[in-house]
Amino acid sequence: MKDLRAHAGFSIQPLYGPEDVADVDVDRDIGRPGEFPFTRGIHKHMYRERLWTMRQYIGFGTPTETNARFKYLMAHGQDALNVAFDLPTQLGLDSDDPKAEGEVGRVGMAVDTLADMEDAFRGIPLDRVSVSLTINGMAAPITAMYYAVAEQQGVAAERVVTTPQNDILKEFIARGTWIYPVDPSLRLVADLIEFSARHYPRSNPVSVCGYHIREAGCTTAQEMAYGLAIAAAYVELMLARGMSVDDFAPRISFNFTAWGKIFEEVAKFRAGRRLYARMLRERFKATNPKSWMFRSLIGGGGSAFAVQEPENNIVRGAYIALAAALAGAQTMALPTYDEAYTIPSPKAQLIALRTMQICAEESGAADTVDPLAGSYYMEALTSAMEKRILEELAHVDRLGGIVEAVKSGAIQAEVARQAYLYEQRIVSGEIPKVAVNCHVGDVPAEADREVELYAFDPKATEAQAAKLARIRRERANDAVWAALGRISNEARGRGNLMYPIMEAVKAYATLGEIARAMKDVFGEHKEAVKF
Amino acid sequence: MKVLIAKPGLDGHDRGAKVVAHALRDAGLEVVYSGLKRTPEEIVREAIQEDVDVVGLSVLSGAHVLLARRVLDGLRAQDAGDIAVVVGGIIPPRDVEALKRLGVRHVFPMGTPLPEIVKAFRQGKMSETTEEPRG
Repeated sequence: MKDLRAHAGFSIQPLYGPEDVADVDVDRDIGRPGEFPFTRGIHKHMYRERLWTMRQYIGFGTPTETNARFKYLMAHGQDALNVAFDLPTQLGLDSDDPKAEGEVGRVGMAVDTLADMEDAFRGIPLDRVSVSLTINGMAAPITAMYYAVAEQQGVAAERVVTTPQNDILKEFIARGTWIYPVDPSLRLVADLIEFSARHYPRSNPVSVCGYHIREAGCTTAQEMAYGLAIAAAYVELMLARGMSVDDFAPRISFNFTAWGKIFEEVAKFRAGRRLYARMLRERFKATNPKSWMFRSLIGGGGSAFAVQEPENNIVRGAYIALAAALAGAQTMALPTYDEAYTIPSPKAQLIALRTMQICAEESGAADTVDPLAGSYYMEALTSAMEKRILEELAHVDRLGGIVEAVKSGAIQAEVARQAYLYEQRIVSGEIPKVAVNCHVGDVPAEADREVELYAFDPKATEAQAAKLARIRRERANDAVWAALGRISNEARGRGNLMYPIMEAVKAYATLGEIARAMKDVFGEHKEAVKF
Repeated sequence: MKVLIAKPGLDGHDRGAKVVAHALRDAGLEVVYSGLKRTPEEIVREAIQEDVDVVGLSVLSGAHVLLARRVLDGLRAQDAGDIAVVVGGIIPPRDVEALKRLGVRHVFPMGTPLPEIVKAFRQGKMSETTEEPRG
């Protein structure tokens, strides 16, 4: 019989029975949904009371174009937003910066000033729509702009629900939109968490991401282990500031992926919830049950998909949605079938949304809580996954903890090594991929004919630059310089940078100006290149 | 043969670049990987300093045509036009020809099997080719 392995590395047996779950203590390890250790989910009745939120990742071109796409998906039943920003925005470069050439509006929408965020959310009531902001190195100023737009709309601070990603450690590991060195970058993460905890109690000021690390090549167990290690690092950061764990931990959320083997993915989340709950209660002494809850956006990753015969990706997306539902997602997002080619077309985005809706409404996956619980296989798999995650966490400890491992590049090197191993398994056929390394037809995929390519409009750059020039002319420059000066001063000191940043964005300082005011003090990160 | 694998522009996705770098190293090539967010000027400088035969650019943001042109122009301006340039990443089929017209020797769009990439490098000095990479 062929040996089969989980992505986490352990063998999968052809049959599981009572002997495989003999070590499982039902009360201690599984418990009841909505109760510690939350193995079965963080809510008692899960989807029977509230379905997962559907939140596709959207953004391209100018804020006005993106605003139209937001409204298109909301008109089709999407109930929340997840904003994609272009690379210059993510890296704190204005649209007219020479380094931004060719990148403005490419992989997300361009934001230079508060005026862009005003345009992006025009006609979208921020007291009723929750918005995720996929922004990290620039999370502080972009979230400040978001808070300012909400204020302009007359929304009370306590009603603003937003989730800036604000997870810089995974950027150093996997996604690459770092700007400043590790320590000042961590300070900015903490400033936003602290400011939001004090003034915007319903915001979720950090979304800890295993997702991007998995996309970069790590295993399922590493994805969860690194995510938990990153969460612990942020908790320690806030405790070091003198905050009490229950003041901020209830608003920590997670962003993970669920592509691959369905049962392994479900087990990963069941084990992860259990480990997180124990970590928060036992290690960090949190007493509020909400602090123990691993609330997660679960989605797919482009890595699950193939460029060959792209329509097959629609089917892959449906399995991801099923895995995410069975895993107990609070929020779901799917990649689109054209992901390997282009910025998603409206059609591809609608299909992804419909996939989640079909899973929710038609498939029965949402009918009852944690439907796989009690299966010999699922409980054995959950225990096996827990064990592997703990081994990976021990490995991170041996590297000096996640922050040190990021600084030295050791984690990045391990992720790259795993990516290479994975690719070798694809080449050898050990990991089958239909129409890629097995069941390959005689006719090569001529996918371009089936995919509507996004027509990038270079005029978007001109429009964005013209708008930026107009704002620079019209704003009160004295107020801008004063606020920027306060940012630099505060950066030299130890105060919370969110206060002067709020002031600067309201004066229509540009993102590039704000980023530079900090860069003058913090310097730039030098990557430890290892492969 | 010596190869520089480089990530020009702002894109932070380096999985593909690192996987290819690993594979080429395992195939016996000398490989330098220069890390994220290099400008075309920096890449040209490093290619010349390191005396490489081939520069492999990895771009996933959509800015590949502009960035490849900058690197090719830079190499030619430095009298280093004999250094071959190849490009991989999210390259839509319609851009493959555009890149080749600029002087890019090989294009490896998403989905190109790793052994094909290694084979193309192993052929020694990268020759002009009309062969379409499978995509």
